[in-house]
Amino acid sequence: MLTITDLVHSYGPHRVLGGVSLSVAEGELVSVVGPSGCGKSTLLRSVAGLLKPSGGRIMLAGRPVERTPDDLAIVFQDYSRSLFPWMSAANNVALPLRRKGLDRRRRREAAMSALDQVGLADAGAKYPWEMSGGMQQRVSIARALAYRPSLLLMDEPFGSVDAQTREDLEDLVLNVCAHHGMTILLITHDIDESVYVGDRVVVLTRSPAVVAADLETRLGRSRDQIATRQLDAFVRLRAEVGRLVRGGHTTEPTSVLEKQ
Amino acid sequence: MKVIAALGRLWLVPVVLVAWEVVTRAAEQPFFPPPSAVLARMYEMWFSGPPSRLLLTDGALADLGPSLARLFSGWLLTAVVGVAAGIAIGCSPRLSDYVNPLIQFGRAVPPPLLVPFFLALLKLGTPAQLATIVFGVIWPILLNTVDGARTVDRQHLETARIFGFSSVQRLWRVVLPSALPKIFAGLRLALSLALILMVIAEIFAGTDGIGYRLLYTQRSYLYPDMWGCIVLLGVLGYLLNSAFLLVERRVLAWHRGARRTT
Ligand SMILES: Nc1ncnc2c1ncn2[C@@H]1O[C@H](COP(=O)(O)OP(=O)(O)O)[C@@H](O)[C@H]1O
Ligand SMILES: [Mg+2]
Repeated sequence: MLTITDLVHSYGPHRVLGGVSLSVAEGELVSVVGPSGCGKSTLLRSVAGLLKPSGGRIMLAGRPVERTPDDLAIVFQDYSRSLFPWMSAANNVALPLRRKGLDRRRRREAAMSALDQVGLADAGAKYPWEMSGGMQQRVSIARALAYRPSLLLMDEPFGSVDAQTREDLEDLVLNVCAHHGMTILLITHDIDESVYVGDRVVVLTRSPAVVAADLETRLGRSRDQIATRQLDAFVRLRAEVGRLVRGGHTTEPTSVLEKQ
Repeated sequence: MKVIAALGRLWLVPVVLVAWEVVTRAAEQPFFPPPSAVLARMYEMWFSGPPSRLLLTDGALADLGPSLARLFSGWLLTAVVGVAAGIAIGCSPRLSDYVNPLIQFGRAVPPPLLVPFFLALLKLGTPAQLATIVFGVIWPILLNTVDGARTVDRQHLETARIFGFSSVQRLWRVVLPSALPKIFAGLRLALSLALILMVIAEIFAGTDGIGYRLLYTQRSYLYPDMWGCIVLLGVLGYLLNSAFLLVERRVLAWHRGARRTT
């Protein structure tokens, strides 16, 4: 569905992406992990058409991305500027749904059910500035989920929520991917999380970033916060991703660069 | 508690009034009548009407009515034009480059100087008066709106783009609310300017209104009446500003909330 080939980007003289190639199949959940500042957000913004990369190619559903594609949603990293402060949480979630041709009541229902999914059923009338950072982030996730895009981009979406909520949201994302046929590209700097949620984990190097490894997690779709994390496969993969992120080399050459 | 605190801060007003009364009585200058005489004249001229009309006399309606009508129609007309133009200019860097020199020139011209020009161009009375008010008041509204529309948070615009907002939605739901705090600052400044220009327009190009009454009383040596007009204008300015702040506080509640927390 999404194919990125040799993506290069520089901010002025500063090269951030040094030729990133990766592809995401329809319905897949791919997590991208890499050290902070390596260009993950830059990669995502290029896919969303918010930034014109210096070089390389991005194909989405068979067409090159030139402007912002339809049917795509994003959860920005900077949640504090992501919601409109002049609207309540429910209206923030409901506003994009106008485009989907839903009437007022249906928009409201969809917004309420999305807020419910992220555990904010009672917060619909609150304004963003009346909420904690974690709550704002969840509203922003709810907005993206309610929109039902075919491609969902998430930039470190669980950065400021507490541990318990984080686990719930990870499971929610897995669930949504499985049941609504969404394709998800999720960026994180958390190694454990990248393995837990991903069908595949793409590890980026320090900038200028290239793909250091592209690993299949092979953990199946039904995952459990405790049981999955105890699996041998999980533990080994987490250790390997950890080494790669720190700039080391893989100990299991067979699984490296195993692109689909 | 709030009321008591507010009253506590008002003690200077009676002190000044008493001092003024004492000094003017001692000086016995016809040009400086004591405030008691001024207030008595204001009561006779404007506020001794029947209760059914909120105590307003015919004189009050004749003086205040046309003035307020001019003030508000001029201000509202300018608000609509200024905000619309400001948003357009703020959203388009190219348009902004074109019109910026004109704006800088226009706002540097002191509006009272244009009264003779408007008088020559338009008819004496309402058209020339409105033109004076609009021309003088538009600059703070226009410049503030341009500034507000230009400084919309980039991520808010990106959100609009991602979720495919139509241009109307983007303008109405994103750009305008973002610019609203600055627009309100401009509108408030414009309101006080509109009062000043209303008086000037009535003095130079009027046949009725408070400004005209001010000129008339001064020429007829009716100094307590003249001072009454000045006091009335001061009170009017104060009331307009307070009412505006009240509205602003409601409309921009989100802005105050957001600023408190960040
Ligand atoms: N608009 C920009 N202009 C200049 N440099 C930028 C800009 N955005 C990001 N950078 C720089 O590019 C590098 C990668 O940024 P980013 O993609 O945000 O990394 P990540 O999301 O992986 O932390 C960082 O060094 C950052 O300082
Ligand atoms: Mg980032």
